Amino acid sequence: MISANLSAIFYLVSGVLFILALRGLSSPETSRQGNLFGILGMVIAITVTFLSTGNFSSGFIFVLIFILAGGSIGALIAYKIPMTAMPELVAGFHSLVGLAAVFVAISAFLNPEAFNLGTPGNIKLGSLIEMSIGAAVGAVTFSGSVIAFLKLQGIMSGSPITFKGQHPLNAIILISIIVLIYLLCSTQSSNLFWILLTVSFLIGFLLIIPIGGADMPVVISMLNSYSGWAAAGIGFTLENTALIITGALVGSSGAILSYIMCKGMNRSFFNVILGGFGATEDTSSSSSKEQRPVKSGNADDAAFLMKNASSVIIVPGYGMAVAQAQHALREMVDTLKKNDIKVSYAIHPVAGRMPGHMNVLLAEANVPYDEVFELEEINNDFANADVAFVIGANDVTNPVAKTDPQSPIYGMPVLDVEKCKSVLFVKRSLSPGYAGIDNDLFYKENTLMLFADAKKMTEDITKNL
Amino acid sequence: MEIDPLIFRLSIFILSIFVGYYVVWSVTPSLHTPLMSVTNAISSVIIVGAIIAGLSGNSDSVFNTSSIFGFLAIALAAINIFGGFLVTQRMLAMYKKKKKDK
Repeated sequence: MISANLSAIFYLVSGVLFILALRGLSSPETSRQGNLFGILGMVIAITVTFLSTGNFSSGFIFVLIFILAGGSIGALIAYKIPMTAMPELVAGFHSLVGLAAVFVAISAFLNPEAFNLGTPGNIKLGSLIEMSIGAAVGAVTFSGSVIAFLKLQGIMSGSPITFKGQHPLNAIILISIIVLIYLLCSTQSSNLFWILLTVSFLIGFLLIIPIGGADMPVVISMLNSYSGWAAAGIGFTLENTALIITGALVGSSGAILSYIMCKGMNRSFFNVILGGFGATEDTSSSSSKEQRPVKSGNADDAAFLMKNASSVIIVPGYGMAVAQAQHALREMVDTLKKNDIKVSYAIHPVAGRMPGHMNVLLAEANVPYDEVFELEEINNDFANADVAFVIGANDVTNPVAKTDPQSPIYGMPVLDVEKCKSVLFVKRSLSPGYAGIDNDLFYKENTLMLFADAKKMTEDITKNL
Repeated sequence: MEIDPLIFRLSIFILSIFVGYYVVWSVTPSLHTPLMSVTNAISSVIIVGAIIAGLSGNSDSVFNTSSIFGFLAIALAAINIFGGFLVTQRMLAMYKKKKKDK
C-alpha cells in the first residue's frame, strides 16, 4: 500500500508520458518511441492503482483474469485487422471506451464508498455532477460509435437517415439530459440515473444516423473527442490526475481533427453534424443531367501516356481502399520508377473515411512516406506534372469547387488535377461522387477515363508498361 | 480560507487541454490515423477506475452488482489498451523512408 500522495505523483508521471506519446507523432521517426512512452505510462498507471488499493485478495486474481481476457481479444484484433478496416476498428474502439466510462460511473453510483464519494443516496454533490456528465458523454460515445461502426462496416446503409422533426426532437432530448442531470443531483434518485443513461444512449444513436458515409472522417474525430471528455469526467469523479490529463489530451485531439476535416470540406462543424449534405443531392444531379462527350481509354492507352511522361502524380481516394488497390498501385509505380519517371502522391485531407486513412494504406504497401504529400505541399506541382493518375477519388478533384458558387462543394479546397497535361481517371462509371454533383474533370479535353475496377486497371497498366 | 481541491483538478484539466492543443497541431497529417488509435489506447487509462470498482467487493463476495460492472469495464478497457497500442505499433512500423540505394 502506497500513500495517496505518492500514487498521485505516479499518475502525474503517466500523464506526462501520454503527452510524450502524442508528441512523438510529430514525425514518423520519433513515433515508435512515442508509442513506447504511451505503453510505459499505462503500465505505471495500472501498477500504481494495484499498489494504492493494497488489495491482493481473491478479487485481485479476477482483475488479472479480466485484463488478460480483454487483452488477448485486443491483441488478436490488432494483429488480424486489415489496414483497410482501420476506420471501423477505431469506431469500434471508441464505443468500448464510452461503454467502459458508463460502467465505471454505474459502479461508482451503486457503491460510492469504494471511491470515497459518500454513501448511496448521499453522494457528494460535486462527484455526482461529474459522474453523471461522464456517464452521459460515455453513453453518447458508445451508441454513436456503434452506429458509425455499422455504417463503415456496411451493415447499415451509409446514406443519411433523416425524418421530419429530427432536429427539434434532438434538441428536446439534449435539453432533457440537462434537466435530468439537475434533478438527479438534487434528488439522488437512482431511477433518474438509469433514465439519464437510456436517454443518452438514444441521443448518440439519433445524432449519428443522419450523417452520410463521406462525412465519417468528421464523425470519427468527433467521437474520438467525446471519448476523451467522458474519460475526463470520470477522472474528476475519481480525483485521478492521469485520467484528467488524458481525457483533456484526447478531447482536444479529437476536436482538432474534426476541425481539420471540416476545413478540408469547407463546411462548418454544425453543418456536418446536422447532416444536410444528402438532402440537396437530388436537385443538383438531375438539373445537370445533359449528355456530354467523354474520352475513355483502356490500360494500353494509359500505359502509353505514362511511359512518355517524366513526372506522374497519383491521387488516391476511398475507391482505392474499397478495391484494395494499394499494392497493385505500388507495383505500377515501381515499374514507372524503373523507367526514370518521377512519381509522387497527393493526399486530400478528407480522402478516405478517417483522417490519415490514405497515408496508412500507402505505408502498408511500402510506399516511402517522403513520396506522399499533403494538399498544400503538392498543389502547385500539378501544373508542371505530365500525368495525374486519379484512383478512387472524385469530389476532391472537382474544379467546380473553385468556379461555381452555386455548387454545394464551392469553396472546398481541391487538388488542381485539371492543370496537369493529361489526367487519367480510374472509375467504375460516370456516376457522380458522394456530394451528388457531376465532376467537370470527366469532360475535359485532356482527361482520359478508365472505366474499370481500380485494382484490375492498375494491374493491367503495369502489364502494358 | 482553503482552496477546494477541485480547483486544482480543474487547473490541470484546462492546462492539459492547451498542452493537447499544441501537441496535436504538431502531429504530421500523415500520422493522423495512428494518432486516433493511440489516443484510443491512452483514453483507456479509465481502467484505473474500473480496477477500483472491481476490487470494491469484500472478502466474502468478490462479485456484487457494483464490482461486476467494474470487471466488465476492465475487460473493455483492456481490449482497447492492448488493441490500441499494438495496432498503432503495427501501423507505425510500416512508415518507412525512401531507400537511398537502388
